[in-house]
Order: sequence, then structure tokens, then C-alpha cells
Amino acid sequence: MIPAAFEYYRPTDMDGVLAILAEHGDDARVLAGGHSLIPMMKLRMAEVPHLIDLQDVGGLKGITVEGGTIRLGAMTTQTEIIGSDTLTAAAPILREASLQIADPQVRYMGTIGGNVANGDPGNDMPGLMQCLDATFHLIGPDGTRYVAARDFYEAAYMTDREDDEVLTAVSFDQPVGGYAYEKQKRKIGDYATAAAAVQIVKEGGKCTSASIAMTNLSDTPIYSQEAGAALVGTVVDDAAMDAAVAAMLGDIDPTEDNRGPIEFKRHVASLILRRAIARAWSRA
Amino acid sequence: MSNKMHIKLTVNGEEQEFLAEPRELLIHTLRERLDITGPHIGCETTHCGACTVTLNGKSVKSCTVFVAQANGADITTIEGIGDPDNLHALQTSFKEHHGLQCGFCTPGMITRAAKFLEENPNPTEEDVRFGMAGNLCRCTGYQNIVKAIFATADELNAAKEAAE
Repeated sequence: MIPAAFEYYRPTDMDGVLAILAEHGDDARVLAGGHSLIPMMKLRMAEVPHLIDLQDVGGLKGITVEGGTIRLGAMTTQTEIIGSDTLTAAAPILREASLQIADPQVRYMGTIGGNVANGDPGNDMPGLMQCLDATFHLIGPDGTRYVAARDFYEAAYMTDREDDEVLTAVSFDQPVGGYAYEKQKRKIGDYATAAAAVQIVKEGGKCTSASIAMTNLSDTPIYSQEAGAALVGTVVDDAAMDAAVAAMLGDIDPTEDNRGPIEFKRHVASLILRRAIARAWSRA
Repeated sequence: MSNKMHIKLTVNGEEQEFLAEPRELLIHTLRERLDITGPHIGCETTHCGACTVTLNGKSVKSCTVFVAQANGADITTIEGIGDPDNLHALQTSFKEHHGLQCGFCTPGMITRAAKFLEENPNPTEEDVRFGMAGNLCRCTGYQNIVKAIFATADELNAAKEAAE
């Protein structure tokens, strides 16, 4: 419950943030909503001698939909995502997924940037961002660089972000077609036993493109290119679903924990993906 | 490190100023420093919501906010929602509908419910249960909490209509 002492900073611009990160390296961490970091600090599982609060840094909030591109500032909260009619019209899967994350209080504080940068495979947004083929914006001492969500995750809590970089935004093309974020969990606020993000396009009664990513079934989110490909050209019948599920099962690598043994998780992953595909298809 | 910070907060309309270590959790500030002991601590993993307060218009678990982050904030706790001589409609309703037993979750429940009804004055039962899902209760089984919140919604809406 009691976190270790730290030096606290509340810079008002990104230069200030980067200067502190440059000075203290991995002894410094940014604080967004605080709803993964503070719990870890309270358990003394995260040691953060220098804590940089981003709340006063300008330019990190907000949702824009422009020219077919959607951009979410990193400090945009889950509540703001849920409440944005513009975003829901442009990419309804964001709202559907956000409503399955945590609980009301946590959603008021927790941010999209924190969710995707955290690196915990339990987080829901990373898989969703891979499904949407999102791009993460990272600012560091040499300026901004862009990393595909599909290339960002290396292992549990290991991402492509360097210690002196800050994730400032996520962006993605406005998705087309049907969508679903389906999540099996033990209770409200739990990380997924298995979850699936699906976007699917239907033309002339057939699937012309499909994107599928899975949550909490490996030490990273899993974009299953083959699972999506298995649906393309089909009418998304049982055989196509079977093929997609088989492809997905070939890509995940769950571990046993108190959500269940490996075989159970693979079983749940299969069911969840079927449901997600069916729902996305019905909306396509 | 004894790097104390100068902190200024408004809690239940009163301005508070003090020196505190940045790592002090807001719930500890309220309870131990300011003697505002309605908000409780039921866990150390941000699940239970017994510490819920309203911070700058948001329902927040005050166990997961450093006092440093809350510097400059406006905070309302159960003590600012009503008092024994002037109960808030929710407080009366929790009493009438038996929405509490041990009372440990109640301050967080009512603080959250007040914000919830502000955002959704005409909720369905599903809305209420989902909107209150960040608050755990060991005693009631939730049924009477839902009833109390519904009854309050009706009462507040009737009062609003009467005023129009």
C-alpha cells in the first residue's frame, strides 16, 4: 500500500519532460492516469525515483477525426473515449472495448497512452490497436518517430519505446466494415481470460478483408494475420470460422495462471474469436 | 528523501494548505492529515472503491492518486455531500432502502452514486449496476443499493419537474 519516496515533477511542456528523462534514464517514469503505475509502486514492484506527471503538459489530450485519420492524444482517458460521439461514429470499436476496461473510476483516470505503453499483455488496447493497424507516436531527444502497434510489443512489459521516449499519441485510419471487441473475464475490472478484436469488410456478401488480434493470450498482444486471411474470400461460414480459429490458435501462446490452464485458455480464445467474428460480420 | 511539497487543496469547499511528501496517497491525506475519515481503505489494488471521492468532477479512487497529483484540485467526499442534519437524497434513500449494513463501502458508494446520477439521471437497472461496478460491497448483495439509487433518481427527477 505504501509506495517508496520519489522526486515529483510536473512540467508544462514536452521539453521539460524529455530533459528529466534524459537526466535520469530508467530511474524516471512518466505518470499518466497512474492506474497501472501507482498500484505497482504501492506493491513496491515498480521503483520510480523520479516521477514525471504529464497532466499539465499541453498537446497530449484530445480526439481528432480528419481526412480519414483518427488521432488520440496519449492522455485521452477511457471515459473521454467512451463519451466521444465523433469517435464512436468513426470507430465504434473503441467505445465497445473501453467499456470492457476496468471500472468507472479507473476509466476517468486511465489513458489510452498509458494503456498501450504499459506493456502488460492484460491491457486491452494493445490488441485493439494491432487490429486497427494503429501507429504509435514516440517523442524522444531526436524528435518524433512512428512505430506500428504490430511492431511495438516485444515481451511482457518490454516494448520498442526507449527509456528517454514518451508516447504522445496513437493514430489509425478510420476503420471500415463491421467490428467487435469480445472479452471473456471473471468479473468487472478483470484482465481478459481471452479477448478478440475484429474488424471485417463485407462486399457482395463476401469478406474482402479482415483483421484479427487477440488479448492476454501470449506475453504480448497477438495480431494474427493468418486468422484474418482465412476469412477473406469466404461468406464467413462455419468452415471459414474454423480456419480462422485454427490459424489464431497457431499464433497464441498462453500461460497457465489463476484464470485457467493453457488448454482452457485456448478453448476460451476459440469461443471468443468465433463470437467476435460473428458479431463483426453481422455488423459488416 | 524528505522532499516535502507545498500542497493546496479544496476539500468540501474548504481550502487546505500543508506540506506533504509527493508519495502521500490522497486517501491518507484525507483521513490522517485532514481527519476526513468517511472515505475508507478496503484494498491495495484499486478494486474496492471504498476510497472513492469526487476530484475535479470525476469519480476517483483516492488510494490511486498521489497528493502531488491532486495539488490544486477540488475534492468532494461523503462529508461534503450531506451531513446528519441535512442528508443528501442518496443518504436518505440508502437508509430507507437498507442499502448498507456495516457501512464501510457506503461513503464511496454514495459519492460514486451522486456522480453517476449527475451523468445519467434516468438509468436502467443495468446502467446502475454497471455504473457502480467500481465499488465492492461485502454485506448487501447490491440489490438494495440499486433500489436506493433508483429511488433517488425518481426523487431527484420529481423535484426537478416540480421546480420547472
